[in-house]
Amino acid sequence: MDFTPIIDGFGIVLQPTNLLYCLVGVLIGMLIGVLPGLGPAATIAILLPLTYGIEPVSAIIMLAGIFYGAQYGGTITSVLLRLPGEASSVVTVFDGFAMAKQGRAGAALGIAAIGSFIGGTISIIGLSVLAPVVAGYALDFGPPEYAALGLLGVLLVATVGNGGKLKAVIAAALGLLIATVGRDTFTGAERFTFGNLNLADGIDFVPIAMGLFGLGEILYNLEENHKKVHAPAKVARVWPTRQDLRESKGAIARGSGIGFGLGVLPGGGAVLSSLVAYAVEKRRAKQPERFGRGAIEGVAAPESANNAAATSSFIPLLTLGIPANATMALMFGALLIQGVQPGPQLVDQHPDIFWGVINSMYIGNILLLIMSIPMVGIFVRILRVRPAILAPITALITMLGVYTVNNSVFDIYLVIVFGIVGYLMKKFGFDPGPMVLAFVLGTLIESSSRQSLLIFGGDPTGFVTRPISGTIFAAILLVALFPLLRKAFRMRRGDKQPEPAPERLPERETTEAK
Amino acid sequence: MSTTSEPGRQQAAEADILEELKAELAHDLEEERPPHAGPLAQVGAGLVTLALGVAGTVLALGYGLGTLTQPGPGLWPFAVSVAVTALSMAQIAFGRDGQDTEKFTRSSALTALGVLSLVALAALLPVIGFEVPSLVLMVVWLRFLGGESWRMTAVISVLTVAAFYALFVVALSIPLPRLV
Repeated sequence: MDFTPIIDGFGIVLQPTNLLYCLVGVLIGMLIGVLPGLGPAATIAILLPLTYGIEPVSAIIMLAGIFYGAQYGGTITSVLLRLPGEASSVVTVFDGFAMAKQGRAGAALGIAAIGSFIGGTISIIGLSVLAPVVAGYALDFGPPEYAALGLLGVLLVATVGNGGKLKAVIAAALGLLIATVGRDTFTGAERFTFGNLNLADGIDFVPIAMGLFGLGEILYNLEENHKKVHAPAKVARVWPTRQDLRESKGAIARGSGIGFGLGVLPGGGAVLSSLVAYAVEKRRAKQPERFGRGAIEGVAAPESANNAAATSSFIPLLTLGIPANATMALMFGALLIQGVQPGPQLVDQHPDIFWGVINSMYIGNILLLIMSIPMVGIFVRILRVRPAILAPITALITMLGVYTVNNSVFDIYLVIVFGIVGYLMKKFGFDPGPMVLAFVLGTLIESSSRQSLLIFGGDPTGFVTRPISGTIFAAILLVALFPLLRKAFRMRRGDKQPEPAPERLPERETTEAK
Repeated sequence: MSTTSEPGRQQAAEADILEELKAELAHDLEEERPPHAGPLAQVGAGLVTLALGVAGTVLALGYGLGTLTQPGPGLWPFAVSVAVTALSMAQIAFGRDGQDTEKFTRSSALTALGVLSLVALAALLPVIGFEVPSLVLMVVWLRFLGGESWRMTAVISVLTVAAFYALFVVALSIPLPRLV
């Protein structure tokens, strides 16, 4: 392995401007993590226009900082208010809040910060080792492989995400359809433009992301802004005791492994991995009844896992150009805005971005550790800011921000339309995440499957007979049929309460903890 | 790639305890969410996406499917639209009992008002610049949607618009339409 680009990457991160953007990113991430309401996806979406004006490396360093910073911040509200600031900190509520009631809020926050730091750092090391290998392997991929990978990514994100699976797949398919609006790149024919010149070049990613994620969430939150703010629990002594550390050592290690593993998979990511990490700890505990009543492992494991997953979910994006979750879809869009095509060539063509972004995460995690242990009191005070005050400010940032991208009022209307769509989707149980992800991947899937058909001379069996794309299509079939198979299996067992399968667990621990 | 078989396997092992956890979470958060909207909303949602799917199919046919050797511009949108149509039919047929929708409550009117104020901002921005519409938006959202006191509203609105002016116009010199 050649270490020069890695060391050069550190040189890039340590430039004062990049350090500053890293700090700004993690600070914003921490803030929006603490404030319930806006998630990291919404924040990154809203801030996309800002990235037009700055260097690609700095922009991505900042956006990445927002993403993993939010994982730290989300813990604080889970523990102190029983309100998860982020979806990925939802399970932390159980034991975190119980600990806070017992006067151990400080220990919970401290162990979460330490776990997050360890999980994040382990994951960055894994990312540095694994990413170039995957990228090298992926250089051989042709259009059929990309078509298959793209489809698998969309399908997994839709079926693994929360909410109704059927609706998520519908949302994803509609996202693919929205991606076809505009001039067809192969034939030049206009599709779904209805003669509107503004639509001829297709719908921009920025207004879609800002509308569905950003404004949609703001509008949705408007309905409950009038709720009053709870007084947070008192925080004393943030450092966990030696016993706390001993008890959570294993949980942090397992959580980091699970997070790293699930983060790489499309559809995995921070939310799922925190749930799984919690489930694993509860399953293997000698006294599972302690969980939910202030077991420190119940805080340590999910918090290590969500951070590790947030980091490792960069692997598919940086090496294959396939975003593994909705937030990574936004990163994908941000890179495209900068004229950088994420994919296997990234590590060779733009080593500055590749290693700059990865190495910035070391710095970012150290900054976050500093902010979440000695400075936690400041962030606790921010909890008193009412959502009603933030809502119009974020709405205004969205409106004016999207205007500045193309100086176009049409884009403002587009954001409003997609904001309404995003709001209605949330009301009717459709997750906007798969739609945005499918929209981002839509062009890639369409053009690579059409190129493939040309390569195969019109014979679609070519997709299945090539070894790699064939395997991926087998996986697609598995994912699509899995829910049906499980249903059939359960019905045959007479719809009994499903038995747990404990024999699986030891096996996964050994493979994941590596 | 060994990772491709991973999700299915992992899911199988975790699915049960995950369902349990999710159910517990849903129960926990339930008191804070409006009640679900019932079968009519489920079918309605399916009908809307069905209409989109059918419209997409018809339009895509018009664009020309071409052949597999020479795919036309309509082939891919056609395939996707057919998928949307089929999935929507499944939603209408099997999704009636889902509980993932939310009733519109009285506070949904706040969202409607919020949208109106955004449209007003977009309409007025090119005419009278961004300052006054932004100020109006802030006041509407703070005072009427957020229930803040008049004093709070005045202070925060003026400060925010001033900050935006300083940031966009003075610091970044972005050509935002403006009054002054």
